[in-house]
Order: sequence, then structure tokens, then C-alpha cells
Amino acid sequence: MKGTGDTAGRAEVRTSKLDELRVVHQPLAREDQLEKVTGTTRYAGDFSLPGMLHARLVRSQVPSARIVRRDVAAARDLPGVVVVLLGEDVPHNTVWVDVPGQTLQVSALRASMEVLATERVRFHGEPIALVVAETEDVLTKACQLVTVETELLPVVASPDAALADGAPEVHPGGNLLAEWEIDHGDADACFATADVVVEGEYRTQLVDHAYLEPESGVAWIDSDGVLTVRVATQVVEHYRDVARILGLPESKVRVIAPYVGGGFGGKEDMTVEPYVALASWRTRRPVRMQWTRDESLLARAKRHPMRMRYRTAATRDGTVLGHEIDITADAGAYAYLSALVLLYSAVHSCGPYRTSALRLRARCAYTNNPPTSAFRGFGGMQVVFAYESQMNRLASVLGIPPGELRKRNALVRGDELPVGQRLETEVLLPQTIDAVLERAGPKPPASRPGTAVGRGLASNMQSYGRLVWLNDSSAAWVGFQVDGSVTVRCGVPDIGGGQASSLAQIAAEVLGVDVDQVTVHFGDSALTPLAGTTTATRQLLMSGNAVFVASSILRDRLFESAADELDEPVASLRVRDGVVAGASRSMSLVDSIAACRRRNVPTEALGTFFGPKGVPVERKLSAERVFPDFTFGTHLCDVEVDLETGYVTVLRYVAAHDVGRAINPRSVEGQISGGAVQGIGMALLEEVQVEEGVNLTGGLFQYLIPTSSDVPDIEVIVLESGEGLGPFGARGIGEPPIGPPSAAIAAALADAVGAWPHELPVTPERVLGLIASRSGPHAELSGA
Amino acid sequence: MSNPNDVELSFTVNGRTLTRAGGAHLTLLRWLRDLANVTDPKYGCGEGICGACTVLVDGQPVSSCIVLAAQVVGSSITTATGLGNEDGTLSTLQGAFHEYHAAQCGFCTPGMIVTAAALLSEERIHSREEIRASLHGNLCRCTGYGPIVDAIESAERGRTR
Repeated sequence: MKGTGDTAGRAEVRTSKLDELRVVHQPLAREDQLEKVTGTTRYAGDFSLPGMLHARLVRSQVPSARIVRRDVAAARDLPGVVVVLLGEDVPHNTVWVDVPGQTLQVSALRASMEVLATERVRFHGEPIALVVAETEDVLTKACQLVTVETELLPVVASPDAALADGAPEVHPGGNLLAEWEIDHGDADACFATADVVVEGEYRTQLVDHAYLEPESGVAWIDSDGVLTVRVATQVVEHYRDVARILGLPESKVRVIAPYVGGGFGGKEDMTVEPYVALASWRTRRPVRMQWTRDESLLARAKRHPMRMRYRTAATRDGTVLGHEIDITADAGAYAYLSALVLLYSAVHSCGPYRTSALRLRARCAYTNNPPTSAFRGFGGMQVVFAYESQMNRLASVLGIPPGELRKRNALVRGDELPVGQRLETEVLLPQTIDAVLERAGPKPPASRPGTAVGRGLASNMQSYGRLVWLNDSSAAWVGFQVDGSVTVRCGVPDIGGGQASSLAQIAAEVLGVDVDQVTVHFGDSALTPLAGTTTATRQLLMSGNAVFVASSILRDRLFESAADELDEPVASLRVRDGVVAGASRSMSLVDSIAACRRRNVPTEALGTFFGPKGVPVERKLSAERVFPDFTFGTHLCDVEVDLETGYVTVLRYVAAHDVGRAINPRSVEGQISGGAVQGIGMALLEEVQVEEGVNLTGGLFQYLIPTSSDVPDIEVIVLESGEGLGPFGARGIGEPPIGPPSAAIAAALADAVGAWPHELPVTPERVLGLIASRSGPHAELSGA
Repeated sequence: MSNPNDVELSFTVNGRTLTRAGGAHLTLLRWLRDLANVTDPKYGCGEGICGACTVLVDGQPVSSCIVLAAQVVGSSITTATGLGNEDGTLSTLQGAFHEYHAAQCGFCTPGMIVTAAALLSEERIHSREEIRASLHGNLCRCTGYGPIVDAIESAERGRTR
């Protein structure tokens, strides 16, 4: 792993003394928040242009059918309608999905879907026609006038049905989309010698991202002839997909990502991009599309429901020997990123514990359910519910405190994961366990008769940075202005986590200026260097390092010039508070910049950071490296259960993660607090209801996300090992906090009512079922 | 009978009188966004659940996506952009939202801060539980709510962390 230029010096960064940091590590109020709290941010859907048209999709009303006839004449004839487009009107009517590592299982063609369906629809909500009109009111009428006649086909409603012999094929060639296996160590021997075996089957549900900002964007042909799409996205690089669909050179399409109103993976795949682009290209006018909440819930790809069967072998003293794991995931109607999500599940399947043997099979299947794809945690989080429930049940069976059991098995630096990757950085898992236990103190008593209180603990590990064979990189441009202020250009989309402001802090730290002297231009595929996706907890690692590299090169250039001016050795120079100082002489930053210009020394620098490399995996997983690194954490919660109604109150919630180094501690706390609450929602409330492929969840009155009254304050504990691969030793923290909540809450419920939840969400109805069951022994004891 | 599209509606929005024709059939949210280009109230759900469209109608927080503009014609509307000090500086509440990172993606913030402003106008100190209860009609998917409660608590007590 290295950056271009020669000054990146991770070693130097990691030995930075905390007390020397002036800007990094400070809980600064963020630049983006200034406009957000005053209501002036122009999100994608707030943007308009003169002469702008409006576009909407006509979607399939049925989950599985052959399209017999599409009649758009009446809609076309309606005054105010500009054009109605069908699949035949799309130059290249295919959205391609690249599925590396599964080329034997999934051809590129099978991983594709049509932009607008022409002959076959495979899920409820699939786009069929694109209506473009002068006003929203006309649009509403016109969409009602589009007729789609279909001949219903059998519905494949679950992965089990999909994989059964003789199942109807969702796509030609079979319903198995992807399959991964891990065969590590001698699983049979582990189970033969185990003192105790814990078995469990765990199910997670279809979950929606439910960010507050629905999918939206505006496209126009700019004065330079470039088709420009200003869109709520996590990936400006989708300009390439738009170009391919329209048959344009990639250089003729530009994607701009303004501040995004929440992403969580739901704006990783394209949403409105191909449609607004197509509509604008055809009409030569600006076009806006904004999905309704119903559309968002209906049709945008969601989190994979998974069924996870675990058998865990352990000794009496609580040493985990190995697992047998079988995972089946619902990929829905189209591939999207399912194969990779499932790969994450496989690699993360044993959690942050030493495991000498693992036999794993993970499969995902096409169904006629809503497509599933990226969602915070990306397959690495569903398995937390399974492996941590196994650990908690093992602790219960053996009478070992849950924290103690985890510490006995915790991975340490140098250990290998079952897949073969060796951990290169220090693991503070035991410290996160101690931290939450110490913070929590004793379990509280029930507040009134008729309730029971329980406590649960869960840990996790979650990768940060992309799969190592994807050749990940990020580039950033950093330049001094004549007045000493600093401009950063970096293609990172800012989806609310402080992605841009963290870069400002890093540049300000390296260049010795105040953070308010730094302006970050971000998220523009034409004008900012490409920084890759704001996904996979990668932007601090990748773009943070890219800005660090660029800023360091720039600082070196400044010093080269200043050393001559001051007649001081470069090594003695420091820049701070607008002054470049050597051992005895100094000059202002502004004068140093002027000196650079006189001496033909550039006052700008481009830095590119390359992630760790590795080779693509095979279906049978075995790799020296799959991910750059991991983030570890532990959550603890206390719940109170109303034994009559099954209603669960989360009394207390404590979350600790080792974030390596907190670039902005308050942003880090925000990620952990928000991630924990999103996880609590999945644990207790959220489910997209689908029946025989028909999506029944029509709005936020049906899809319940936590309100302010549903959750307590999240007590956040930030540990800093300084061991991360990001700048200043930072680890990524975007995804990790959503992992532990479901298992922690499940354990707390088990502690309260005496039976283990196996299925999410644990609704009051299911809690009452648990109370009624009061299941017997949780484990089968074998051996002596 | 006159064409309903010609009907003019007027509101005082953040202290300015705005008059637009052709919006008699629109929700207050669409009237503000589509006719008056007041875009800080957001569309989040269209059914009065998420609170992103919250505005003050004569001082009371209202989900503007489920109120017809015609129902409240002539009223005084305050949106998030109307909450700042007259000299352009941040109000105490805005400053607290800023300091406590009460906005992450910020999409819920215009509605959230309007609801908070209504709470603050009661001019008494609320408990954290009361603050949480008052916000239950404003969904946030990013912060976990704690920082928002912190900000409101801080603004009410006029203290900083």
C-alpha cells in the first residue's frame, strides 16, 4: 500500500504525537453542517433549471410476468406530455453488473438487467416506461394512461423455492446466483472432540435503508455539450454506466453529487441516473426525477434476508474450536451486488474470534422478490446476529460470562481468519468489552411489576476498504491560493458522515493552516479527481490518505522553496499558524507561496493513494488477503420487557469501537450513535413485507424506523489504538456500528424472558412467542 | 365559474409576502417548493410521518405535505431558513445544532429544527424525555437522535458543552 510521490510515510503519520495535532482529532463543528442547520443546502431534488421537465417511471404492478403489450399512445397524446419512452428507445437497454470472483457462476449477461423492461418483468415495481412531461400534474395523469398488459408467470417467493428441483427459472440458466465455500482446518475432528456443540438457525429480514431523502436528480446538457447529472448518489463513477447506456463517450457524461440526504448503501447502485439522463438526452431539455417514498420502498434494492445455520464446537473452558455454517440469502430479482454481499458474509462469518476449523457454504438465489444489494454492513452484519447469538448461548451453556468468553477467543494481531487473511494491526476487542461493562455497571432492576429486565452483549468485526483485488484508488488535488488559503479537490461524494470536512481537517493539519482556510470541492466526476465510491467504509482510508499524500507533497514543495529563502535545512522546517519556521529564521506562509511561484515550484499537488492489493478469490475461498483491514467493537444493552404485551423498551445502550484515530471525534460519535440506532431498528421494528412477490409496504407508516421516543441516548466510547491504515492511524467507522445491535438485543431479551430470539425483527408478537416457549436446553452436550 | 388554476394564494413566508397563482390544488409543501421555490421544507414521505416537511403555520409545527395550501391561506409560515438572526448570524438554536453535530446528512434538519424552535418558544426548560417526545414526529436516520436532543437541551439552557 502506498501513495504516489514519496512523502506519504505512514510510519511518520502513525507516530504523530497526539498533543501535536492542532486540527485533526479536534471535535470541530463541520462546514457542511453550517448550511444544513440554516436550511440552505440544495439537495439533488431541490435543484431546478429553466425549462425543466419532470419524469416518472411506470412500474410493473406484478412480480413475475411476460409483457404482452405496452400501449403509450394515450399518454403521448395528453397535452403537456413531451415523450414516453420504452426499452426500445434506450440506445443500450442494459444495466451491467460486474461480478468478479463468480465468473464461473454468473456470466456478465446474467448479472445484467434492462433499463426499461421489454418482454419480462421479474419484480413488483420493475420499470417499464418512462414518462416525461412539462409539469408534475400532467405526469401523474400521463402515467395512469400507460397500459401494460401482462401474462402472469409463476412467482418464486423464497430462496428455498428458488433452489428446489424443478423451480421456475427467474433467469435462464438457474436460480443459483452465487455460491462461496470455505473449508479450513479439520471441522470433523473439532466436532468429534468438542465438549459442547451449540446449534442455531437465525433469520434476518428484508430491510430498507429508509434514508430521509428519496432518490432524486436533475439531468441537463450543459453549454459544453456534456450530459450532466446532478444526483443523490454515493458513486459519481456511474457516469460510465450512463455513457454505456446512451452510447456516449465516457468523457461526454458528468455526474455531480451534491450533499446527499443519506446513503447507507442504497445510493450505491444507480437509481434515477439512467432515466433522467435518457430523458434529457432525448428531449435536449433539463429533466428532474424524484421517486416517491412508495417507489423507494417498492423498488430500490434492499438488505438481503438471510437464513444462517450455525453449529459451533467448543471446549468446556469456552475455547471455540470451529463452526459448520450454511447461509442462504435472497438476492431478489436481479444480481446487483449480491455475490459480493454474500462473500462478505462468508469472510466475516466467524466474527472476531480464533477459529481453527470452518466448513462454510453460502449461497444466494434469484427470486421474484425486491432486489437486494448494498446496505451498511454489506453482508458482514447479518452474520453478527448469528455468530454472536452462538457465542452468547455458548456462554450461557458453559456458565461463563459473555465478555469473558469473548476475551478468551479474541483474535490478536498475527492471527489468521479462516479464509487465510492474517491480521496485521492490533486488535482492541478485549478493551472494547471491558469498556462497555465498566460503563454499564450493574444491571438495573425492573421498573414495575409485570416486566423483566435483561442485559445483552455483542461484539463484531467489520472490514473497511474495498476487496483488495478491485485495485482501489483515490486521488486528490491540493493547492495553495496566493493568500495562503487552501483548495482541495476530491471526487468523494459526501453522504452526511463528514466525508468532505474530514479531508479539510487532514489538509489543514499537514499544511499548518486553520480548517476554515480550507475549502473542499467534492463529488464531481468532471472537475474533481476521481476518489471512488463512498461505500465500504473506504473514504477515510482512501481519500483521507490521498489528501494526506497530496498535502504532504505540497508541504515538501513549500519547504524546498522556503529552505533556500531562509537558508535553513528542510528537515528543520515546520509550518504552523501561517508561518514557515526553521530553527532560527521564519517567513510567512504567504511569502513562502510567493517564493514558490518565483522559483517555478508548483503550489499544488495531485496525490493518488492505492489500496492494498490482492488476487481475486475463487469460489472455494482461500486468500492471503481479502480486505485491507477491520474495525472491532462491542455493544451492550439493557432492555425491559412488558411480559403481558411483549413491548420492549431499550433502557440503556453502550457502544465501544476502536476507531484507530478519531479525525473528528464528534463525527465518529455520530457514526456510532446513528449506526447503533439503525441496528436497533432492524432488531426490533423494521421489515419490508412481501407476500408472493407482492411488496405490501407502502410507506413510512408501515415501514417503522426508530423515532426519538423508541431509543435511549447511545453512550459512545471511542478507543484509539492508532493502528488503522487510514491517515493518522484511523480505521473506518461508517459501517461497523450497525453490526452488534441485533445480537445484543437478542441476548438481552433472552436474559429477560429465558428464550433465544432466532428471527428478526423481534416484534412484540415474537417476544410473546418467546415467553410462551421458554425453550429448554439451548445446546446439545456431546462427548464425555 | 373561474378557472381554479387562476386562483391566487398569498402567504407570509419568513416575513415576506408571497403570492402565486395556480396552486389552489397543491399541498402547502408543493406550493412552497414548486411555486415559491422555498425548498428547505423537504419531501420525505408525503404522508405526514417523517416530519421533513415541517413548517410553522402561525407558530405551530405542521406537516406541510398533508395540508392543502388553500386550507391555511393567508397564514404566516416560518421555515428553517427563517430561523436565523436578522443580522445573518446563527440563532442560539442553529448554533447548538451546529456545535453538537445535530445534522449529519441534514435532510431531516429543516423540519427537525422547526419543531425544536416551536418547543423553545414555550420558554421553559424541558427534560430530555420531553424533548424526545416532542421530536417523535421528526424522523432522523443518521444521528440516533442523541446529538439533536443535546443541541436542543443546550439551546434551552443557554449553555455549551
